[in-house]
Amino acid sequence: MPITYYIFLAVIIFCIGVTGVLTRRNSIIVFMCIELMLNAVNLLLVAFSKLHHQRMLVLDAANVTAGTESQLFVFFIMVVAAAEVSVGLAIIVMMYRAVHSVDINFLNRLKN
Amino acid sequence: MDKSQLMFWFLSALAVFSSLMVITRKNPVYSVLFLIITFFAISGHYVLMNAQFLAIVNIIVYAGAIMVLFLFVLMLMNLNKESEQQKNKYLLWSGAIAGGMLMVIMIAALNTTEPAVVNQPGAGDIGLIKNLGTKLFTEYVVPFEISSILFLSAMVGAVVLGKKGD
Amino acid sequence: MKFAPYIPLLPLAGFLINGLLRNKLSKGLVGIIGSGAILAAFVLSVLVFNQTLQGETAVLQLFEFIKVGSLTIPFEFQIDQLTSLFLLIITGVGFLIHVYSTAYMHEESDSHFARYFAYLNLFVFSMLLLVMGGNYVIMFIGWEGVGLCSYLLIGYWFKNTEYNNAAKKAFVMNRIGDLGFLIAVFWIISTFGSTSFSAVFGQLPGQFSTAAITGITLCLFVGAMGKSAQIPLYTWLPDAMAGPTPVSALIHAATMVTAGIYMIARSNMLYVLAPASMHVIAIVGLATALLAATIALKQNDIKKVLAYSTVSQLGYMFLGLGVGAFTGAVFHVMTHAFFKALLFLGAGSVIHGMHHQQNMLHYGGLKKWMPVTHLTMLIGCIAIAGIPPFSGFFSKDEILIHAFAANPVYYVLGMGGALMTAFYMFRLYALTFLGEHRGDLHHHTPHESPKAMTIPLVVLAVLSIVGGLVGIPELFMNNGHRLESFLTPVFENSKQYLEQHAHPSHSTEWMLLAVSVSLIVLVILFTVRTFAKGKESEEATGLGKLLQNKWYVDELYDGLIVKPLLALGTVLNNVIERSGIDRLVNGVGRAVQYSSRQLRLLQSGNVGSYILMMVLGIVGLILLVFYTRL
Repeated sequence: MPITYYIFLAVIIFCIGVTGVLTRRNSIIVFMCIELMLNAVNLLLVAFSKLHHQRMLVLDAANVTAGTESQLFVFFIMVVAAAEVSVGLAIIVMMYRAVHSVDINFLNRLKN
Repeated sequence: MDKSQLMFWFLSALAVFSSLMVITRKNPVYSVLFLIITFFAISGHYVLMNAQFLAIVNIIVYAGAIMVLFLFVLMLMNLNKESEQQKNKYLLWSGAIAGGMLMVIMIAALNTTEPAVVNQPGAGDIGLIKNLGTKLFTEYVVPFEISSILFLSAMVGAVVLGKKGD
Repeated sequence: MKFAPYIPLLPLAGFLINGLLRNKLSKGLVGIIGSGAILAAFVLSVLVFNQTLQGETAVLQLFEFIKVGSLTIPFEFQIDQLTSLFLLIITGVGFLIHVYSTAYMHEESDSHFARYFAYLNLFVFSMLLLVMGGNYVIMFIGWEGVGLCSYLLIGYWFKNTEYNNAAKKAFVMNRIGDLGFLIAVFWIISTFGSTSFSAVFGQLPGQFSTAAITGITLCLFVGAMGKSAQIPLYTWLPDAMAGPTPVSALIHAATMVTAGIYMIARSNMLYVLAPASMHVIAIVGLATALLAATIALKQNDIKKVLAYSTVSQLGYMFLGLGVGAFTGAVFHVMTHAFFKALLFLGAGSVIHGMHHQQNMLHYGGLKKWMPVTHLTMLIGCIAIAGIPPFSGFFSKDEILIHAFAANPVYYVLGMGGALMTAFYMFRLYALTFLGEHRGDLHHHTPHESPKAMTIPLVVLAVLSIVGGLVGIPELFMNNGHRLESFLTPVFENSKQYLEQHAHPSHSTEWMLLAVSVSLIVLVILFTVRTFAKGKESEEATGLGKLLQNKWYVDELYDGLIVKPLLALGTVLNNVIERSGIDRLVNGVGRAVQYSSRQLRLLQSGNVGSYILMMVLGIVGLILLVFYTRL
């Protein structure tokens, strides 16, 4: 498939995530939308990795590991995302304990 | 249209549809379930692109661990009832329009990308565990170890934050 | 000559000691320091004078004062005959007036007394700098210094608003003149590339355009107009009488106001090459002499009469300069310093004896109570009126004879002025000392002044009598004009460029002298007889009223210059300032306040809206990057 298709797909999913972040008030769903955006980026990285790998194979058939780096990046992004989710959910739980709601509009303490 | 292309269109449609569902469902539990479907669709894409290892990790870490964590929190806090939608219509529309605008702009901006073709599933085996593992534990061993420290601190952080009272 | 730089340093030291320690020193000590410094300077001046008398002159370069590019202005003193003569006048008359002041100002409190002497010493220092300066810049320093001291001393009683206004008026008028001086200095630098007298005059006559030299000399004359109170800048001098009387005597009669004459006499080489300027000076001087003399006719304040008389006499000096009688002008400066200082100090003595009453209509018959003052004042009046062999006769006669040679009309008008001088001086004398006393004798009796005041009067009276003998005209005695031969080195270079006039024959001169002296005597007799009876009313009518109100010149200036400027200022204040600048400034402030109040709404603290902004920002950035190709 042309790489543009992958790009479009990733952009669409990413923007759906953005729209979700902008429109939803439930902070858990906002959080999930962020995960959606991360995944869109991961997809794009894998697609580019594949493209790069093909190009390198044409130049040098023995270079079987070309383009591995971006897949490793995806791996690390997952690692960070997992850490982020654990901390983020802990924060949401704490916030729920404080205000008995997970509505993001209660998080306007920055005003003061 | 061969099978892999068919698969591409099917998975793409599934991913877009289910991610739309994620942001439109009122009940957060449904959102979580649709998000899991999205992750599965994306994992399918990984498989199509010979990234088998990542596909598996994606399902295990995301669809498995992380989403279970989400569900767990939702159930724990009894949030599975229908949450109220955005009351402010103005903000709702402006959010939707801003997101749509971002999409249009980005697609328009990236429209001129060179029409390179990604072979599916095709030759190459970069996604194999052997290749990735070699690279990860030789060249990228330091970031790998650092990520373990990150995990440790995230764990400590989660425990500290989740501790009741002071 | 080596010790010449110490002459101005001594008064400076006196100024510093009296000024800085004014709260510590007693009056006696202040008087001794103040007068002593001047006395020492006088002694040194006499030594310097002795050396110049033997034809010894010097230019002393003390240090480099200004160095800009190719222009170097050293701090230099030029000591020659003209300078040493002025040194003698300044320190001599200055010393007498200092001594006089110790008695006159005795009622002041300690610190104000010291302040007075500090100012007076500073004045003498500045004046010495002015006459000793070896270039126009040093001269300008002194020029400004005397202006400052004049301001400080006119406003010495600073609690009185009217006196302060007089001080400000003097300062502003002087500034107008100073601007002319400054422009002249710049012009000299650009034309001659130097400001030193020797360098500038050494280049003359050279290939300089008459227009440039005329411009320079006219600008210098504008400076002289301000300092020496000539039309149109003379109005400050009568107002300057607000200061203590010894100050009027020293600054506003004997020394400072003659700075303009000194400057023009010093620049004689420039002036002889600009005949147009000479004519302007002669005409302005003559006009001033006549105008001021007419005003003096009807003034009732004793100091105002003397002030206008001073303006009038300064006019004569400028007339002398204008017709090329440089020696005559300097001669008149000298004799005028003697008799006008005498008259002012005498007036001060009268005011002192009359308990600060200055209106002559309340005097009368003071001869009885103040014999010394009376006698010395009489000598002063005779001297200024021009009766031989008193000093005023010789100097004024020299100027008038030269004026006659240049243009008989000058002589006739000048003679008219001289008659008026005799009239108003003897009117003053008669109203003050003759007839019945018109004041209130019950409250206080007039009394003679203390010795410290009368001794300077006597000394000055003697000088007024014999001072003219250094300049006996050739008519009476061959080689009698010793001053002329003394000053020859200063003026000889310019003599050849002077417009040559046929000197009137001896018989004409005799005739002129006889007529003028007899006319003056007639006027004196008439005046004394009229005013001894005290026939003078407060209210005048017709022309008298016009004269009493000084030709309404102050009102004219007020209407022509002050009022329009004030109106302009009011308009600028109300229209431009209020509705223009203020509104602009306030508008900017209000716009910032308003926009920030609107912008503040963006900071809702709502995370959602922040993210919305962020997304919009990203959209904008992408548009920027991809569609403008920066």
